[in-house]
Amino acid sequence: MREYAKTTGIELDDDINRLEKKAKQLRQEIFSKLDRWQRVQLARHPQRPYTMDYINGMCSYFEELHGDRYFADDPAIIAGFGMIDEYSVILIGQQKGRDTKSKLYRNFGMPNPEGYRKALRIMELGAKFNKPVITLIDTPGAYPGLGAEERGQAEAIAYNLFAMSHLPVPIINVVIGEGASGGALGIGVGDRILMMENGWYSVISPEGCAAILWRDAANASLAAEAMKVTAEDLKELKIIDEVLKEPEGGAHYNHAEAIKAVKEAILRHLKELLKIPVERLIDQRIDKFSKMGAWIE
Amino acid sequence: MDWFKRKKESLKAADKKELPDGLWEKCENCGEIIYKKELEKKYYVCPKCDHHFRIGYEVYVSLLFDKDTFTEFNANILSADPLNFKDVKKYSDKYKATVKKTGLKEAVVTGSAKIDGREVVAALMDFRFLGGSMGSVVGEKISRAVDKALELKAPLIILSSSGGARMHEGIFSLMQMAKTSAKLARLDKAGIPYISILTNPTTGGTTASYAMLGDIHIAEPKALIGFAGPRVIKQTIGQDLPKGFQRSEFVQEHGFIDIIAHRHELKTKISKLLEFFAHKN
Ligand SMILES: [Zn+2]
Repeated sequence: MREYAKTTGIELDDDINRLEKKAKQLRQEIFSKLDRWQRVQLARHPQRPYTMDYINGMCSYFEELHGDRYFADDPAIIAGFGMIDEYSVILIGQQKGRDTKSKLYRNFGMPNPEGYRKALRIMELGAKFNKPVITLIDTPGAYPGLGAEERGQAEAIAYNLFAMSHLPVPIINVVIGEGASGGALGIGVGDRILMMENGWYSVISPEGCAAILWRDAANASLAAEAMKVTAEDLKELKIIDEVLKEPEGGAHYNHAEAIKAVKEAILRHLKELLKIPVERLIDQRIDKFSKMGAWIE
Repeated sequence: MDWFKRKKESLKAADKKELPDGLWEKCENCGEIIYKKELEKKYYVCPKCDHHFRIGYEVYVSLLFDKDTFTEFNANILSADPLNFKDVKKYSDKYKATVKKTGLKEAVVTGSAKIDGREVVAALMDFRFLGGSMGSVVGEKISRAVDKALELKAPLIILSSSGGARMHEGIFSLMQMAKTSAKLARLDKAGIPYISILTNPTTGGTTASYAMLGDIHIAEPKALIGFAGPRVIKQTIGQDLPKGFQRSEFVQEHGFIDIIAHRHELKTKISKLLEFFAHKN
């Protein structure tokens, strides 16, 4: 309409402004009323920025490093060195693909054990040279395959939790999309846990939970409600430290704005964390996770 | 996480009831009818085929520890149902019913005990309580057991029997993996031995945290040990699973189990290991 007005010279500005305002208002209304299952679907939106989009958008330099030095390189996890403004950091994240070929190549963002082992290898390399670690979480889960079991998926994840708890550099975890279970947590132990407004994070996917507890995966929306999987929920439950606002309409509407929000938050937390002596940092990290849970005695 | 599927096996309990007076029990593996007293004496190992029956924590107490040395601690920690969770039933109702039915308060029992005179701290999971699922209470009790081991400078033993994380506590259950692993890292730095015993089944978040972080991993024979459940894997790959897949012997062959120990030699093996750890050159 605006284009039309420009070319014809007809004065439509008032109408256009009114309509745009109305659309914005409607979008805000819709987005403020999204239920949990709709948020899960937003977290899975195929046009959402993925790990590499964030890395490319945030870093003036990035060199990807490959392989776990035992078995293979896992394309479902990206790991490497990067510069975010004046900070040299380690970046780790699960990577999803956009077209059929790249989806298969990335195994839909579902890592194998070698992915977790590569992630830890690069984190430890970072620690050796005093580089803080940023992890970007976006996975439908660790891959449930034959080879994954043979090569110790459980051990790989367990060992990452164990080692990350004592890594002697600041760690910031950002859930940028999906945070499914141990597959997410395998790179999710840190000093700060941030989460995009439309991300989800829980012990199992809503479909998985529904298939077991309701005996029907079609009840995923009920499971999403019951498990309280959204960023807002997790902030309220004191699991995450901060909810990162997404651009209006969701991160897929405006990659640049989403990336800017993530970068701003990472830098802000990083500056705080770098002031803390490392011994204290580790103690605080362990205490942070020790407090998680709810019991009566 | 798959403990619900175990319903099938509980149907077998009905078979048992058909046997007169509950004096006899049928082996789930070979079908042998065994005199119950005999089975008890054998710590629920089939005298004919060596099948290891799934057993509760109290049998392991009598099997592993010196007589009357087990002292439970943190017995009265209960779930707070932080999500006010409801599926077809309310979690709080299911929880109360489970407490009533099993006489257990949670899926793990923790305490201190002696093995051939040597002090240990132990956490024994029990599958009867919601499939041995790990929620906030299991995570907290295990964390405190680690703290106790640190305080007493006593070796830690965790016996796992668990379908994984408890879905009813959502993100809280997931975070117990990080919590217990972080605590175990502290124990590791202090140089205190940790022996992980894996029994049938040990899967999901339990395997992907404390069960796989031992200095020593001991498995009972033919126990199901893995991350993803067999059904999920089968669905994912669209083919049948190889024979023996995810059983102790398979997992050992792939490098993740130090020792497979018959239940009857579990205590001796552990006792010897503790003696070795304690030996000063
Ligand atoms: Zn038998």
